[in-house]
Amino acid sequence: MMLMNLFAEIDVSKLFGLALRTSISVQAATFALAAVGLNLHYGYTGLLNFGVVAFMAAGAYGMAIFFTQGWLGGSILLAIASGVVFAVVIALSIGLPSLRLRADYLALTTIAIAEVLRISFRSQRLLDLTGGPFGLPSIEDRNANVSFADVITVDWNPIKEGNYGAWFLEFDEKTLWVMIIGWSLVSLASLLIWGLMRSPWGRVIKAIREDEDAARALGKNVFSYKLQSLIIGGVIASFAGIVRAFDMGFVETQQFRPQTTFFIWTVLILGGAASIWGPIIGSMTFWFVIIFSEELLRQMVDSGWIPDAILQSNDIASVRMILMGIMLATLMIWRPQGLVGKKEEAQIDIR
Amino acid sequence: MTSDNQASELENVEAVPGSPKQDPILKIDNIVRSFGGLRAVDVDHLEVQRGIITAFIGPNGAGKTTLFNLITGFDKPDSGKWTFHQLSNKESWTTNLSGLRPHQIANKGMVRTFQLTKSLAKMTVIDNMLLGAAEQKGESLRNALLPSRWQKQEKQILKRAEDLLERFKLSHMRDEYAATLSGGQRKLLEMARALMSEPKLILLDEPMAGVNPVLVESLLVHIENLRDEGVSVLFIEHDMDAIMGISDWIVVLAEGQVIAEGTPSDVSKNPAVIDAYLGSEIAEELKDV
Ligand SMILES: Nc1ncnc2c1ncn2[C@@H]1O[C@H](COP(=O)(O)OP(=O)(O)OP(=O)(O)O)[C@@H](O)[C@H]1O
Ligand SMILES: [Mg+2]
Repeated sequence: MMLMNLFAEIDVSKLFGLALRTSISVQAATFALAAVGLNLHYGYTGLLNFGVVAFMAAGAYGMAIFFTQGWLGGSILLAIASGVVFAVVIALSIGLPSLRLRADYLALTTIAIAEVLRISFRSQRLLDLTGGPFGLPSIEDRNANVSFADVITVDWNPIKEGNYGAWFLEFDEKTLWVMIIGWSLVSLASLLIWGLMRSPWGRVIKAIREDEDAARALGKNVFSYKLQSLIIGGVIASFAGIVRAFDMGFVETQQFRPQTTFFIWTVLILGGAASIWGPIIGSMTFWFVIIFSEELLRQMVDSGWIPDAILQSNDIASVRMILMGIMLATLMIWRPQGLVGKKEEAQIDIR
Repeated sequence: MTSDNQASELENVEAVPGSPKQDPILKIDNIVRSFGGLRAVDVDHLEVQRGIITAFIGPNGAGKTTLFNLITGFDKPDSGKWTFHQLSNKESWTTNLSGLRPHQIANKGMVRTFQLTKSLAKMTVIDNMLLGAAEQKGESLRNALLPSRWQKQEKQILKRAEDLLERFKLSHMRDEYAATLSGGQRKLLEMARALMSEPKLILLDEPMAGVNPVLVESLLVHIENLRDEGVSVLFIEHDMDAIMGISDWIVVLAEGQVIAEGTPSDVSKNPAVIDAYLGSEIAEELKDV
């Protein structure tokens, strides 16, 4: 009886529609892209990067600062390039001091740099450069709807104004264009990693993950390879930050909290580390499940099926995180290699 | 077993610790490594003859592995100097190895294996092998994405890897993950992988430990073949039969110091060696030789 009631109340079309929409959104593309970068770090090289978000922030802020400051004529392409260069600088400043040390030092350094970066961007001292807590572009520009994203989403947008698609999968030309850019970058980055990992270079990278000393004993310059991996993965993640900035139209330190790093790790583990499709499947599944469970809970609360005393609409966001945690834990027991990872190459084995 | 010319040069070498060799490939001087109060390695002078099989023996904790770690750059000595002597087309040159990093030493042609096997478990046997080859074009980022630049070399390496697997009786495991190999097979794989780099001097840390007796026989033959192909071999072992059977020269370590060197018969007659092993079965074995 209860169940019948529930089904009558639930808007199944909306449930699936929203979940599906988010699983192919720019948001999902940026998470997939960042996870592709992390996959090179952790999945293939075995580097514990707990500061993925530092590379995203470096990309986004590097681009936004360069553009809003109008340096070198404020070209958007140069702005993007400077975001990438910033990410390389971050990779070097993490890697040079810590990659010769034990693996855990890298983990600590990455966490620290990510937080240092976020807090510096927020600080009043850098207000003129980073917009401090308000981010970029400035409040005035934002009120006037002027953004660094305009060149990309308006001037260079080949798609005619209008709405495309149907049902919950209807997007305006701006969103659609950034989605195309985002998923194209995901494909390009995945292709790059695929090409690298099937080469002898990739073989050395995997060997380092398995046993650094074995690689050294065979004459491989482990430090140099680790640094290369950190830089390439970092640059890929920086594009995730840049695309995110184009999607939102602004950058803010809120977007680069440690929580984002945690989500990207979840995406990678969920999909399967050390596999080409892992980050993509992982991100799409992650967002599908998050939005699906959030929407389901919301509808159940709204329809009174879950009494207010147990759960209120405001708490739904935190409950879905608990669900996500349970799901990840279950998956780790049942499929430690992730959804599409190779069992033989699974790095996490808790059984 | 001293069948070839190189080994016959040993006839004129004095069987005393630190004795100079006619054609050394490795010379070690005043190398010291302490762990706290313990002098794990303290070797005044040691030369390793080119083109022969030299065994490092000594009781547990004598410092054999530590000495390997030091000369291959995996550990840093408190002091000491060691040099690598290479020959080609009658030209000879000396490389100072002290202070070099492990990969640099390996690239000079001095490659080691480990007492605790380091097979790359989540890579296939063939990938383990391919990794071993030196100077691969495709290992540089510049060429990695352009298979046309490395495919030819890859084919040659693949051929060599398959031949070596055949020799080490691992061909049937070619595409299996190294994790599925037995302990003995991993030892074999690690040695075969080291050979992929075509070393001038190979350092084997207990290559027979854990390998089943049938394979030990063929392993010994491999090691002798290596020598006959011109590779110098330095190996640590506890298996006295194996050592006496294939070594051209034996260096005995005890408490970090070289206490004796010589041919198998010199060493087995040396009272200092029997003393060092006193109380262990090996002392008995030595008397029987
Ligand atoms: N990292 C280390 N820290 C402290 N002591 C060490 C370390 N490595 C080796 N030792 C000590 O140095 C001594 C020499 O050890 P080593 O491993 O070189 O001996 P070994 O001759 O290889 O012995 P075995 O035949 O058992 O392998 C031992 O007493 C050992 O406990
Ligand atoms: Mg040892």
